[in-house]
Amino acid sequence: MNRIDKKFQELKNKKKPAFIPFITAGDPDLQTTKALILEFEKRGADIIELGIPFSDPIADGPIIQASYYRALVKGMKVAQILDMVAKLRNESEIPIVSMVSYSTVFKGGCQAFIEKACKAGLDGLTIPDLPVEENNEIFQVAKEKDFKIVCFIAPTTTDQRKILITQKSQGFLYYISVVGITGVRDKIPEDVLQNIKSLKQITDTPISVGFGVSTPDHAKMIGKAADGVIVGSAIIREVEKYTNEPLEKLVEKVGAFVGELVLGAKG
Amino acid sequence: MRSTVVKPKLLQNLIMPEEINLPDTMGHFGRFGGKFVPETIMPALEELEKAYLEARNDPAFQAELDYYLKEYVGRPSVLYYAERLTKKFGGAKIYLKREDLNHTGAHKINNTIGQILLAKRMGKKRIIAETGAGQHGVATATAAAMFGIECDVYMGEEDMRRQALNVFRMKLLGTRVIPVTSGSKTLKDATNEAFRDWMASVRYTHYILGSVVGPHPYPMMVRNFQTVIGKEVKSQIMEKENRLPDYLIACVGGGSNSMGLFHPFIEDREVRMIGVEAGGLGPEIGQHASTLTSGKIGVLHGSASYVLQDDDGQTLPVHSISAGLDYPGVGPEHSYLKDIGRAEYVSITDVEAVNAFQECARLEGIIPALEASHAIAYTMKFAPTLSSDKLIVICLSGSGDKDSFEVAKKLGYTI
Repeated sequence: MNRIDKKFQELKNKKKPAFIPFITAGDPDLQTTKALILEFEKRGADIIELGIPFSDPIADGPIIQASYYRALVKGMKVAQILDMVAKLRNESEIPIVSMVSYSTVFKGGCQAFIEKACKAGLDGLTIPDLPVEENNEIFQVAKEKDFKIVCFIAPTTTDQRKILITQKSQGFLYYISVVGITGVRDKIPEDVLQNIKSLKQITDTPISVGFGVSTPDHAKMIGKAADGVIVGSAIIREVEKYTNEPLEKLVEKVGAFVGELVLGAKG
Repeated sequence: MRSTVVKPKLLQNLIMPEEINLPDTMGHFGRFGGKFVPETIMPALEELEKAYLEARNDPAFQAELDYYLKEYVGRPSVLYYAERLTKKFGGAKIYLKREDLNHTGAHKINNTIGQILLAKRMGKKRIIAETGAGQHGVATATAAAMFGIECDVYMGEEDMRRQALNVFRMKLLGTRVIPVTSGSKTLKDATNEAFRDWMASVRYTHYILGSVVGPHPYPMMVRNFQTVIGKEVKSQIMEKENRLPDYLIACVGGGSNSMGLFHPFIEDREVRMIGVEAGGLGPEIGQHASTLTSGKIGVLHGSASYVLQDDDGQTLPVHSISAGLDYPGVGPEHSYLKDIGRAEYVSITDVEAVNAFQECARLEGIIPALEASHAIAYTMKFAPTLSSDKLIVICLSGSGDKDSFEVAKKLGYTI
């Protein structure tokens, strides 16, 4: 069984939501990324969303853009990231889903990309710029390997598209809480809880919510209604803050913040 | 026995009539095109496509579009026989399609008038656009001013420096120009920012993309708004020469003026089409923007096409003296035309373009945009190889007034 499915099964029995921190692979370097993943696991994170840096991410706000940029100027390559994941698999079984641009997946071919990702020990992908209409090939390949392609639903998604997307998404569904890009926000839009509720009526796939979820309070609010809470920019902002500190200190500080978010999400 | 050389049958002779009907319903031109955008804006693309297809079949919409193109843009633009260019470089007889004579000085307004009428029809309250050289930004700001719609234009900081005149024009027209400081600070990054804005404002904003790039339906829609260029050329050349041209030559950044010229001739197999890309400073990575001549298939800004990317799909740096050609991608239909052999693509360096810029000014009294100067530069090399009974039509996509400062600097003048 795929690690993601197993995790959501486990959490369902415990009646707890998953906490899913996002970090950029290679920001500030891969050694830190690996240490952060292990730290997040220790602090109670359930699934890791690992961002593969991309030069032109149109769904991302300034914090994640800058983080991708920091990784890329150092020459971060997909092969190095997958190597890190493979090494991490000697120490951890935490489910990892990678956020990756379709530009990157497409370049070397869907089949080859998924084979490499599987081999390294990734459990799935979220591809923000690949809508359901265009993802048949990748779905075919992924299904054969029990590898998860997590699809997005936005507040603008029409009812017709919701059905299409819920039928396709594997592992979980990624509900985008806001009409907009990723980033730290003061408030969670009021319609989120209602939207999760109505989504639950058309699917049994776990629903995780991200974009704009920034504080332990936000995590608590989302955690009550959704099956998973995703926090990205707020964590990356912490990584950025301690980027010039020694690895141990960065990991300790960012880990502590993730610990608070976990507590928030799990109430 | 003497062996006879069997000439391979040209691919272009094998094109089926349906090629003209591309893209398919998902926006594919063969293996190119498509819709690769975040879910948040997928519904907006569906809405836009529906609105566009309805408008296209609505005689009232067409009449309104024709009215503004004639009365406001000043169409049809003339097809001018460039006698002195021909005498100096011919071979072939050279005609210039004078898109620089349109209101705002470039072909871009053909598309912005079309899209703003569409935005009005969809009830959108705000317009956004990206711009490189500033011509599309000015054309959008102009249309927005005339229709009284709020308008924000994203422009790379580097381009704002190179095209300060157009920045000021946009401001005069009441548009907010938002500087883009991410990445290379040029057209690619301005396009990223416009998409990000649209992610948040999609419910009340229409994004007027300026070229035949981006997700479906943009490549099809922008092409169709620009085909007014080629359709006019067709009737004008018939009137003057009583036959179709032998060659169509146009510059290709994203590829809107060239596609507008080429597309009405796709089924006229005897007409050869040549797209001219920015060769910049040379063939090394980062020194040029020759997407079709040296890129590989990839996905950028919502569609699959030839792209300048590394093996991880990261966009490579590009360079051109012309801000309008300084783009690492190209319209998917151009990629398709290249693959099936219906159009050919070549490249011209910064130096050759600046030289053509000056030649055209001196010989014809026409200062062409640096973008169009690439097409003229190629013609200067190509026309002498042809016989005098051949006909070339160049799309002179815009005026070079905007480039005067940049060229002056290059030539060592202080203005």
